[in-house]
Amino acid sequence: MLALIVALPLLAAIAVMLGTPARQTSIAAAGANLALGLWAAFSWENSFWNFSVPVLEKPALNLSFGMQDGISAVMIALSVLVTLAATLNARAPVGREKLYYSSILLIAAGAIGAFASTDLFFFYAFHELALIPTFLMIGILGRGDRKQIAWKITIYLGLGSIVLLAGLVWLANLAGTFDIPTMVAAARDGTLVIDPATQKSIAALLIVGFGSLVSLFPMHSWAAPAYASAPAPVAMLHAGVLKKFGLYGLIRVALPIVPEGMQAWLGVLLVLLLGNLLWCGMVTISQKRFDNMLGSASVMHMGYIFLGIAAVVSNPHNTLGIPAAVLLMFAHGVSVALLFGLADRIERATGTLDFADLGGLAKSAPALAFTVGFAAFTAMGLTVSANFVGEVFVFLSAFQQYTPATGLTPLQIVCIFAIWGVVISAVYMLRAFHGMFHGPPVEATRNAPDLTLADRIPALLLAIPLLCVGLYPNLLLNLIR
Amino acid sequence: MERSDMEALTNSIKSASNHFPLFPMPAYYLEALTVTLGLILLMAEAFVPSKSKSWVGVFAAIGLGGILLLIPLAIGPDAKPDAGWAAWPLWNFYQFDSLARFYKIFALITTLLVVLMSIDYRKILARYTDHPGSENGTGEFYALPVFACAGMMWLASAKDLAGAFVALELITVTFYILVAYMRRNVGSLEAGVKYLILGALSTGFLVYGIAWVYGSTGTMSLAAMPSSISNLQSPIPLLFGIALVMVGLAFKIGAVPMHIWIPDVYQGAPTPVTAFLSVGSKAAGFILLVRFLEPFLASEFTRGPVLKLLIILSIATLLFGNLAAIPQTNFKRLLAYSSIAHAGFLLLALAAGSSGTDAALGSVQVVSLYLATYLIITLAVFFMLAQVRIQREGEDISDFNGLGQTNPTFAMALTILLAALAGVPLTAGFIGKFFVFTLAVDAGMWAGVGIAFIAAGTGFYYYLKVVRAMWWSAPGDRPAVFLPTISKTCVVVLTAATLVFGVWPQPILALLR
Repeated sequence: MLALIVALPLLAAIAVMLGTPARQTSIAAAGANLALGLWAAFSWENSFWNFSVPVLEKPALNLSFGMQDGISAVMIALSVLVTLAATLNARAPVGREKLYYSSILLIAAGAIGAFASTDLFFFYAFHELALIPTFLMIGILGRGDRKQIAWKITIYLGLGSIVLLAGLVWLANLAGTFDIPTMVAAARDGTLVIDPATQKSIAALLIVGFGSLVSLFPMHSWAAPAYASAPAPVAMLHAGVLKKFGLYGLIRVALPIVPEGMQAWLGVLLVLLLGNLLWCGMVTISQKRFDNMLGSASVMHMGYIFLGIAAVVSNPHNTLGIPAAVLLMFAHGVSVALLFGLADRIERATGTLDFADLGGLAKSAPALAFTVGFAAFTAMGLTVSANFVGEVFVFLSAFQQYTPATGLTPLQIVCIFAIWGVVISAVYMLRAFHGMFHGPPVEATRNAPDLTLADRIPALLLAIPLLCVGLYPNLLLNLIR
Repeated sequence: MERSDMEALTNSIKSASNHFPLFPMPAYYLEALTVTLGLILLMAEAFVPSKSKSWVGVFAAIGLGGILLLIPLAIGPDAKPDAGWAAWPLWNFYQFDSLARFYKIFALITTLLVVLMSIDYRKILARYTDHPGSENGTGEFYALPVFACAGMMWLASAKDLAGAFVALELITVTFYILVAYMRRNVGSLEAGVKYLILGALSTGFLVYGIAWVYGSTGTMSLAAMPSSISNLQSPIPLLFGIALVMVGLAFKIGAVPMHIWIPDVYQGAPTPVTAFLSVGSKAAGFILLVRFLEPFLASEFTRGPVLKLLIILSIATLLFGNLAAIPQTNFKRLLAYSSIAHAGFLLLALAAGSSGTDAALGSVQVVSLYLATYLIITLAVFFMLAQVRIQREGEDISDFNGLGQTNPTFAMALTILLAALAGVPLTAGFIGKFFVFTLAVDAGMWAGVGIAFIAAGTGFYYYLKVVRAMWWSAPGDRPAVFLPTISKTCVVVLTAATLVFGVWPQPILALLR
């Protein structure tokens, strides 16, 4: 019945385009989807959720949705959560409500469809479906140099998707099926044998393809400007949910089916993820606007998740890497959505996001200051937040196979460098918080209104899960195991 | 491709199409009926008052629809095994398998839609034929496509090079008239002359090639070709003949190096004719190419060189079509280059030379599937282009500016269609491209795969230019565009089909078996 969770936003998007009240329809659909999605996530083992319709006999293509394991469940929970928050946070310009809300719903439908698909064809197709409204929204309603930025993200993600498609098609041809669980099972029990050279080529295509979708260094330069320019709900959905598709794909497809190929690229992957953490971290420190900083920070944090994946690449028996990566994907998705939502709120209250023009907001808007503070500390990976648990697990996973006799492997050396990323995050987050909220109020912030009830609901919706998972990580870990 | 595979495939196709209708009729009645319809329309046209010649179009559409309904009744020589039936001499020139049936349906639907498009285009036709107030000169415009349709249908069943050539010329000669139909419009006349000269040249190549093939094999019949090839001492003269025929056919399908006519003719011809050229004429070229190459791909003697030639044609076509489309500012011209680009993808599928397996589609099936999706998307785009041309007096991309504001629904539909042309997933356009890629990867044609991926990426760029114009630019003083009832219905149906077949392509493939 997962098809329902995919169809609901799609149908709502069509309804909005046909003229039903845009905001109410979207919130109703997203709310219903949250209930359904959480229910599905916490009972993912139930075969009730599986759904499959053949759409083509030869080659066998099925429009099939199902939870292959707890990873899909976590991703679906993340998607429905952020979708509702993004919808609640949406403020459409007058006259553009149809475009605005239907785009949000389409992005959500594409993301949920991609995470729920068990067929490689639709797995890919749904993600692409979500990209189109993203491009349009940035191009039509973005801020700043929107046309330029929309072209940039289109070209980066379009090329990335094409490279990815080549890898996936190759894989499907070798496997003789489009069904992902069948493929994984065949690779695991040895009926699908791919020679190392082919594995290496496929893995390269998948790393470049999925990697550019997740803004893996050096294919990351689209991300920060795009998030800064995109309307807030789009930034929330893309940075929070859609971008995770690349990581999800690596975990779902690349790791189990071409493990040797991935291993061949381990060294490159380690260097690139350090690029994300340290290079992009430094770039983040130098940002002068809050939204640019958030976009850049979200690029940086992908490094940790890649580290978790790299731990599994280096040793397939690593049991911590994948739960750690998935936990962090969830935590990062929720916290970055919360931050983008709040950044939009700050801009609406003060008219600017330049650190130079802001200050003393804590006096005029204490609740806003508290919430941003909470979100910022979460993103830094402070204790009692889901991000903290995720990051610690990632670091632990890198050292799971550590034996003092053999010394440090490259993975562990990289991990030691990666821990410095935490310091970098602390530097830019604290600077940003200090710059915006401390000190005497300035002209822009003097009369800034505090959070209203309508602002608090989406914020709480995202903050509570962060706290819950931070206090009791087993909530998600039980699903993933 | 193994011979036995090929035979198994043909047998499975034949047995699957071996249904027996309640009121059977020989398949060639379909062509006879189509020609008769055309003749009746030509004669009746004289009695239709000059104010409302578009009634001829309405009758043509109804007639074509009726013939479409008769297709399930058509049976081929294998369907009724009594002695006299299968021995009927015409069956030496005419075959009726599932592929033939598919392309007959294809030709009829295309023509039907083109005629409907012409009805909504009558204002421009009238302006450039007689004078704006009178439709006096427009009557034949609705009857001529019916003759071209008969040619396309016959071509789908062609079993003999002589018959195929005559059918192809029936199509081409009709197009000579249609392209130059707007006789008071310089662009249309120029297009007509260009099409005539280059068309005649390509016909020359074709006939010369057929002569060489005949000279080296001693037969015109494609069915008898395999046995004569196996007796050849040297394949060189035959290969020369094949190459010449392929050059001739490259003209029809719009492949490099015979693509030069496409941009100018597409731009100058009346919009419905452009649509007809880019869908009907291209499909006719491809079905003939498929039929013609079938025996040569089955023979070890000729298979290698033919595939090599196909991959070269395909790469050149993909590169030229896509790269030359980038700087275009005229939408119709853009569609012309895009039609070259699509021919490249189709050739790539043929170049894979796959006969299919139990789990995978063969080249011919992929080409047919691709063409079917291309028909749906392209004709819908032309329906919209025709109305923009009429109401905004121009076909430039800038004439689409601000449609997102003035006509959100129109712009949304066109966005979906252009996304489908670019190959965005979950639209019909992606299905075709996806299987072309699958074939190419499977055949290990890495150069082709690389070029095709670049081509697809480029496609995103130039199709999105129009999307950008619609949504990101202000309309200025351009008026809103209103679709007349016929166009609106067709666009809605075709756009819905684009989305439905993007998720559920099975119905198209079901027609192929």
